[in-house]
Amino acid sequence: MSTNQEYIELFKEKEGILDKASPSFMSEIRHDAMENFSKTGIPDKKSELYKYTSLQKIFEPQYSMLFQPSKVDFKVEDIFSCDVPNLSTRLEVILNGFYLKEKVSLRKLDNGIIIGSLAEAQKKYPSLVKEHFNKYAGSGSDGLVSLNTAFALDGLFIYVPKGQSLGDALQVVNLPMTGIDTLLHYRNLFIMEDNSSAEIVVCDHTLSPFRFLTNSVTEIYAGPGARFNYSRVQNEHLNSNLLTNMFIHQEKDSQVKSNTVTLHGGTIRNNTNVLLNAEGCDSQVYGLSLADRTQHIDNYVNIDHAKPNCTSTQLFKGILDDQATGVFNGRILVRPDAQKTLAYQTNNNILMSDEAKMKSKPQLEIYADDVRCSHGATTGQLDENALFYMQSRGIPRKEARLLMLYAFAHEVIDKIEVVPLKDRINDLVNKRLRGELSRCNNCSMACGDLPLPK
Amino acid sequence: MKNKQDEVLREVTQNEYKYGFHTDIETDTIPKGLNEDVVRLISAKKEEPEWLLEYRLKAFDRWKQMKMPKWAHLTIPEINYQDIIYYAAPKQKVSLESIDDVDPELRETFEKLGISLDEQKRLTGVAVDAIIDSVSVKTTFSETLAEMGIIFCSFSEAVHNHPDLVRKYMGSVVPYTDNYFAALNSAVFSDGSFCYIPKGVRCPMELSTYFRINAANTGQFERTLLVADDESYVSYLEGCTAPMRDENQLHAAVVEIVAMEKAEVKYSTVQNWYPGDKDGKGGIYNFVTKRGICKGNYSKISWTQVETGSAVTWKYPSCILKGHNSIGEFYSVAVTNNMQQADTGTKMLHIGRNTKSTIISKGISAGKSQNSYRGLVRVMKNAENARNFSQCDSLLLGDKCGAHTFPYIETDNSSAIVEHEATTSKISEDQIFYCNQRGIETEKAISLIVNGYAKEVLNKLPMEFAVEAQKLLAISLEGSVG
Amino acid sequence: MLLIKNLKVAIAGKRILDGINLEVKAGEVHAIMGPNGSGKSTLASALAGRDLYEVTHGSVKYLDEDLLEMNPEERAKKGLFLGFQYPVEIPGVSMVSFMKTAVNEQRTYQGKDPLSAGDFLKFMREKKELVEFDSQLTNRSVNEGFSGGEKKKNEIFQMALLQPRLAILDETDSGLDIDALKIVANGINTLKSKDNATIVITHYQRLLDYIVPDFVHVLYQGRIVKSSGRELALELEEKGYDWIKAEANGNGQ
Repeated sequence: MSTNQEYIELFKEKEGILDKASPSFMSEIRHDAMENFSKTGIPDKKSELYKYTSLQKIFEPQYSMLFQPSKVDFKVEDIFSCDVPNLSTRLEVILNGFYLKEKVSLRKLDNGIIIGSLAEAQKKYPSLVKEHFNKYAGSGSDGLVSLNTAFALDGLFIYVPKGQSLGDALQVVNLPMTGIDTLLHYRNLFIMEDNSSAEIVVCDHTLSPFRFLTNSVTEIYAGPGARFNYSRVQNEHLNSNLLTNMFIHQEKDSQVKSNTVTLHGGTIRNNTNVLLNAEGCDSQVYGLSLADRTQHIDNYVNIDHAKPNCTSTQLFKGILDDQATGVFNGRILVRPDAQKTLAYQTNNNILMSDEAKMKSKPQLEIYADDVRCSHGATTGQLDENALFYMQSRGIPRKEARLLMLYAFAHEVIDKIEVVPLKDRINDLVNKRLRGELSRCNNCSMACGDLPLPK
Repeated sequence: MKNKQDEVLREVTQNEYKYGFHTDIETDTIPKGLNEDVVRLISAKKEEPEWLLEYRLKAFDRWKQMKMPKWAHLTIPEINYQDIIYYAAPKQKVSLESIDDVDPELRETFEKLGISLDEQKRLTGVAVDAIIDSVSVKTTFSETLAEMGIIFCSFSEAVHNHPDLVRKYMGSVVPYTDNYFAALNSAVFSDGSFCYIPKGVRCPMELSTYFRINAANTGQFERTLLVADDESYVSYLEGCTAPMRDENQLHAAVVEIVAMEKAEVKYSTVQNWYPGDKDGKGGIYNFVTKRGICKGNYSKISWTQVETGSAVTWKYPSCILKGHNSIGEFYSVAVTNNMQQADTGTKMLHIGRNTKSTIISKGISAGKSQNSYRGLVRVMKNAENARNFSQCDSLLLGDKCGAHTFPYIETDNSSAIVEHEATTSKISEDQIFYCNQRGIETEKAISLIVNGYAKEVLNKLPMEFAVEAQKLLAISLEGSVG
Repeated sequence: MLLIKNLKVAIAGKRILDGINLEVKAGEVHAIMGPNGSGKSTLASALAGRDLYEVTHGSVKYLDEDLLEMNPEERAKKGLFLGFQYPVEIPGVSMVSFMKTAVNEQRTYQGKDPLSAGDFLKFMREKKELVEFDSQLTNRSVNEGFSGGEKKKNEIFQMALLQPRLAILDETDSGLDIDALKIVANGINTLKSKDNATIVITHYQRLLDYIVPDFVHVLYQGRIVKSSGRELALELEEKGYDWIKAEANGNGQ
């Protein structure tokens, strides 16, 4: 039986459980998603979008799937110490795809902000959720999104009402932590109403040495004038594979920034889709990948300039060592009436070893004439002249290389606005480049000795 | 003012196609349609040796199993391959002893196109192989060139007179399995040019093939094979036009270039097939596979193309940089207007050490046309110190057209340096006003600016073609002053 | 030569010039001064025929013809030259091509034969020396990669080639160091004759140390609020624009 068929069968088998877990409006959405999945399946290498990343390989192993939250008899804080020491806010944890509740699973603050479990929000605020859920990731999407829509039971929900601010950056940790090879689906929905603002820091970690595949979907609605700042650090082990699908919908004069720093992982594919749906929007998508061993990091960005007078910037950098592969596939689409668009796309890569590979596919598709769009892509190595210059000033070659790599990476890190996070990532990247950052560097216990959730 | 500018833009970009006439020549055609018998018939008409017929049949077999590629950014209506005539030849004497033997109508056709078949009347700098519909009608200067050991003749002649060379190299760069159109061409190709430059010879004149589609409902499938032996040099030109007809006509050509050690080949094209009318009616479907291999060390292949014609262009002149220290270049200006569609670019495959490639592509879109650059730069694992620089610019004239860039950059070697840049721009009103204020009217200003934009590529063309290309781009001044 | 009567000009519906009256005769040099935003550049652009500037009222006679009826290139061919405050870059188009086209358009208009490439190059060489224009720059694309000063010198060089009847120089002095300023001023003075006229638009008095104007006008809120001889420029240098503003607003003595 093909992998696709297995999931179709599994859905049939579990449909009852899935329906029971969510309010009734979800049943139809799940059903339609599975219908779509049965047509598309998991994208294969024939798909232009997955030309350089084989999903078949990472879907191949037998994974188990979870249909209820894991029970924990320990405090997450006890085993996971926050990696960004000066980040003062509460930690939100998604454990094995489910929101980990402390006292309540969904809380509403005095200013109307709602934070917590998406599953709970679907029950408590159905009309609010319905208005946005699956509206941005929804129709015409690929098999991965459909699979997520069909199977995801929970995730993080954030609602910021008009004019409100979330305040200090909110930290979210995604933890796969099971005693068996597992496929995880979770779903985030962030609703930013008019002129609201929020900063979110997301960390992807693994705390058990099993094989994981996480297929997540995050939908972000940025209403008129909203400001949303999304930073993500991906630091997983070699057998942990991530497929992230982010859909950002922007309304008039909104600004959304996304910055993804990938330090470790097996196969990682980050899909970022941005729709600039009204005038005056600004979109900034940044990424930094540091890959070695057999890691495979693929960043796909699609920015759809549907309306005039919007700006977008993409900057992606990669440092690839050992047998690692990097992929960048960025697309700027300027629709016929999107005049006065300013859109830029940059991809720079450094290959550190003879076996490292880089595939870059920056694309422009332009249907309006009064626009300024450009892209640049380079792949190369460190400038020998600069290295020699530093050596001649007494800096050892090894140190000079590090300095230059660090400078190369810095342009992306510099875009992170949350200062404590920026400091921490600077530190992590520095360690990573020195080879001092092992995969479990940031957890307080040795992997494998942890009490696993049941 | 804005409206007036648009008006002028329209005028500038809607010049009538001036090569649209058609000549009444008695033509030998075979019935429409394609099957094994047609392939055999073409081969028989050309009195081909058995090995070539076999090659054609294998290609035809392969073609039947293939599907037309859909990946390009093109919208092409279904092509009925049974509704095409695969062989048409002007009726004339079988062997031509001199220019006087060429049918006067044919001679006149080429005179009208500015291509004189009379050696006496021509600039001595260019030798021409004139191809009308499916066959070569006249190759000039063959004897002069033969004295230096250069073979320049029609493909059919080469099959008869130099079978070993043809057999050795034909299909070695573009095998019939390569793609749908290459397979089709390999099955039904009618004629084309063959050129061999022996060791150490610098070809003293530009070699040129002029392609003309004349007969109605006829596809043109020519093949060019160019072999430059060690330390030789040749500059090769190709031009093409077709009558204005309401129905679409198919052109599927194959060009193969082999450059041996330290050889250099410059291949220039001014493609001006009939583009169809302003509503997109008629025009040539141009599906061309052009590829060169830098086989020897220190060899160089340079493609320059000015693409202004065709309703649909699907074309990626490529270089396989196999020899160490070999160089590949691609310089392109592609103009699309009205309902034209072009998906064109190049592939640079770096296999050898210290290989270098340069890509300069300038797209100009007007009307409701769609113009795409598609390119692949692949640095293979052993291509130490490979270098590539690509620049792909788009100029949009008007707000109904599209300009797209689809580069693929694959680097598997850490000592490689690959750089790609692309920009999109329009002619700004400030630029037009600045010219106006200096007394230059808008129409001239636009052609001045378009010409300036394309200059980097136009400069790469041999003089004689540069003039034609500049005219094609509605250029008045550029080039007369250095 | 130029007679402006009650000229009102708007940009995107917003009135910038509110009734300008000015007469310029052959052989004269006029300086138009005024604080930022007073409408100086608008006047220059409107006279050159930029379509963003909408003439809503008034008339302009140039060489006894209706200037406002002409399109920009006609104005240029009849000898009206605008030295741009921000000269435009045209990538790929060489200075030689650009100016040869311009000069020959004008010659054709005047019924003269166009210059051959050789003659044009000779003509260009002469003019280059006349205005001390760096010979390397003419091999480059129009204004592309030129420094601020080079762009301004290029404007004067083009003026020398086109030999205008009426030159309007819009802030040609801004962004120039003293040496460049002298070269530019020297160029303008060299090109001056009894048959042509110059309008110098400037914010500062400094340029007028080198180009002596016959008249100085102060533009404020879209009107010429004061006209006088050269001494007005010196007074402005000393006292600034505030007293003019006060006077114009009706608070002065």
